[in-house]
Amino acid sequence: MRYEMRFSGSGGQGVILASVIVAEAAVAQGLQTVQSQAYGPEARGGMCKAETILSRDRIWFSKVTSPNFLLALTQQSLDRFAKDLAPEAVVMADSSLAVPADLDPGRVLRLPILETARDKVGKVMTANIVAVGAIGKALGLFSEEALYEGVRRHIPAGTEELNWRALEAGAALVSDEQAAAFRQSLD
Amino acid sequence: MSAMKKAVLMQGNEACVEGAIAAGMRFYAGYPITPSTEIAESCAVRLPQVGGKFVQMEDELASMAAVLGASVTGVKAMTATSGPGFSLKQENLGYGCLAEIPCVVVDVQRSGPSTGLPTSPAQGDYMQARWGTHGDHPVIALSPASVQETYRLIIRAFNLSEKYRTPVIFLMDEIVGHMREGVVLPGADELIINKRHISYHDGANKQCYHVPEGQYVPAMKPFGQGERYNITGLAHDESGFPTGSNAVAGALYTRLMEKIDHNLDDIIRVEEYMLEDADTAVVCFGGTTRAVMSAVEEARAGGMKVGMFRPITVWPFPEARLKARLHTLKRVLVVEHNYGQMLLEVQRVAAEKLPVAFLGRYDGTVITPSDILAKLREMEG
Amino acid sequence: MPSELIHKFMRIDHLPHIWCAGCGNGIIMRDVAVALQELIDDPEVNLNRGKVVVVSGIGCSSRAAGYMDFDSIHTTHGRAIAFATGIKIAHPELEVIVLTGDGDCSAIGGNHLIHAARRNIGLTVVTFNNDIYGMTGGQYSPTTPTGDLGTTAPYGNIDRPFDIAQLAAGAGATFTARGSAYHVRETTELIRQGIMHKGFSLIDVYSVCPTYYGRKNHKGGAVEMLQWQKENMIPAARYYAMSEEEKQGKLLIGTLTHTNFPEYTAQYAKLIERAQAKAKKGE
Repeated sequence: MRYEMRFSGSGGQGVILASVIVAEAAVAQGLQTVQSQAYGPEARGGMCKAETILSRDRIWFSKVTSPNFLLALTQQSLDRFAKDLAPEAVVMADSSLAVPADLDPGRVLRLPILETARDKVGKVMTANIVAVGAIGKALGLFSEEALYEGVRRHIPAGTEELNWRALEAGAALVSDEQAAAFRQSLD
Repeated sequence: MSAMKKAVLMQGNEACVEGAIAAGMRFYAGYPITPSTEIAESCAVRLPQVGGKFVQMEDELASMAAVLGASVTGVKAMTATSGPGFSLKQENLGYGCLAEIPCVVVDVQRSGPSTGLPTSPAQGDYMQARWGTHGDHPVIALSPASVQETYRLIIRAFNLSEKYRTPVIFLMDEIVGHMREGVVLPGADELIINKRHISYHDGANKQCYHVPEGQYVPAMKPFGQGERYNITGLAHDESGFPTGSNAVAGALYTRLMEKIDHNLDDIIRVEEYMLEDADTAVVCFGGTTRAVMSAVEEARAGGMKVGMFRPITVWPFPEARLKARLHTLKRVLVVEHNYGQMLLEVQRVAAEKLPVAFLGRYDGTVITPSDILAKLREMEG
Repeated sequence: MPSELIHKFMRIDHLPHIWCAGCGNGIIMRDVAVALQELIDDPEVNLNRGKVVVVSGIGCSSRAAGYMDFDSIHTTHGRAIAFATGIKIAHPELEVIVLTGDGDCSAIGGNHLIHAARRNIGLTVVTFNNDIYGMTGGQYSPTTPTGDLGTTAPYGNIDRPFDIAQLAAGAGATFTARGSAYHVRETTELIRQGIMHKGFSLIDVYSVCPTYYGRKNHKGGAVEMLQWQKENMIPAARYYAMSEEEKQGKLLIGTLTHTNFPEYTAQYAKLIERAQAKAKKGE
């Protein structure tokens, strides 16, 4: 198994951190992982992307070429990165986004990530953690402990409660049926 | 007590710093430049915690100078940079070679001459690492292919630097520098750390560059211990003072080269993968190795007899090790993120015996396993 | 017969020095040695000779490091202050003295000069300022007066010169002073004060180069050039008693700036304490 994940959105949404947290959780879970990200001015506004590869075997080539998974938090990033997906790829997109014409809607899991962060958790900047919660539930690869540990290492002291709420709210967005369907893309 | 062997996620640049600290590095001077900046940032956080010193200097020239200055006081010292900054380090790197001052210079390579594509990967400083500074001079350069190896290899860089009293170049690239991977940090008891070979003479005997019988380098004396000795960038005799004698200068320059040339087995490390029965060897180094390994495994799965030859010590080039492989091979493919630099070394060693093909990329994008597979098929075809 | 001072503080084996007859550099090097001797002999200071490091760059001035019997390092052109910065930060207990020239310190090394001054790192910089590149044979330097001649200024120098002490002061040096080859006693005292000063100190000492600068510019020999210093460079006590009119065209020999500001390596020691306390708390 080589599972290529791409995280996309706009600068400031924390998609790079989301990819790092998933990689942290993978390491804690004993999986092989490689994480990388786009650097430069594009990381500070405008479109932003990061990549995490998961595997049970040694990962050699470290770049994502045909993602099995795409997280998109903005229309621009969804339109742009929907193009080079692997055949069985699953897309997790914010429900405010329109599915591009060239993307099979059956492969898109539309979740109210931004709305949940804003209204349920109470802070829109927790959207990346909400997304991590949803990804954790969907993938079913990480123990709760591994996921929490991944988050804890990257958040400021004193914001734990907020972030745990975001993780839980994210997980709650994905039903068991959706998660089961999602996992088929893992094989 | 050895630490619990749990992997932690770490960036290549961070692993470089953690390994260096484990090696005893306690002084860092640098100037921010992409894609090496995280090394400076990590040092700024970590060195004071272990009682070390970090200083952001006014430029790359000063950083290299400050590193040499710190080293002569007996402190293991490091700087890090990328292409354009590496060019600026070269002046004082030459000083370090001649005055035999141990230190480690990290170059996280990026794309292009000048500002080029500053956030994109490349390996265009391979020749600069060898010939960047002026004059004939010895060079040891090591290049890691993973985050885990970065941690181990930077320790080796410090060890070789101390052992041979010479600056060691740690030739990283954006691929390895910016990737995060799981790393198992070895316990302190598992690491071999070379201490500086120090000697104290009484005030009367100031032959501070005297090389004892059977040794390649003089022992070093840190400043501030009452030795009152002299270091100069001029050609010098064993007392450390300038010489006007061509014979003395020539003997010094020869020794500087020979301390490396006569210890190649100790200095050179190579990774060889599936070469025993291979027809084709893919030669690569650093971050490029990742795509090569994927391609070799795929090629093998498809029945092609392909293996990999990777210099970990990229300078001196492992000439004898490659030569030893040539009689069983039919062809060699060199894969690098440049216009063909290590290629020149491979051609020098192998071109008379067998065909040497090349796959390079220098537009800021990475070579993929499928690029390499296509090239391998074309070569076999 | 070399004096006791020379026997004690110079590397007799490496003398005579390479400087031309009439060069002011030997006088300035002696001033540095006398200042050090005073501090070593002073029971209240008790300077440890083994903790003195002399750093130089490249140029006529920079050969001085090799003649002085201390730990010494003769570095690359312009970089003496940067090497010295590494030495001082790595081992703050060392007394680091930089011997440099006008070109070494204010042209190729200008960036290092202003930033060391800005940091207020505890180095003592003594410039052997002879208004010319002597080692390479008489090219104009950043301190060559406008209109003067050099081998690379055959039609007269159109650059404006630096006042190195003022340059350092402007960059934040907390002790700056001006001395001269002629004013031995005053200059030695200024160097002594500079070494005692905790922060960055710079003593810009006017040397004389009869061989290149003097000959090119018809300034006479060493005697005439030292005579010029005697007449036009005025020690502080006398200078400050002069009227503004009398001061015209005259240069002060003495301290230009002397302020107190935390020294860099002392600040770094506090930074280490803060970092370690923070790490202990697990932040």
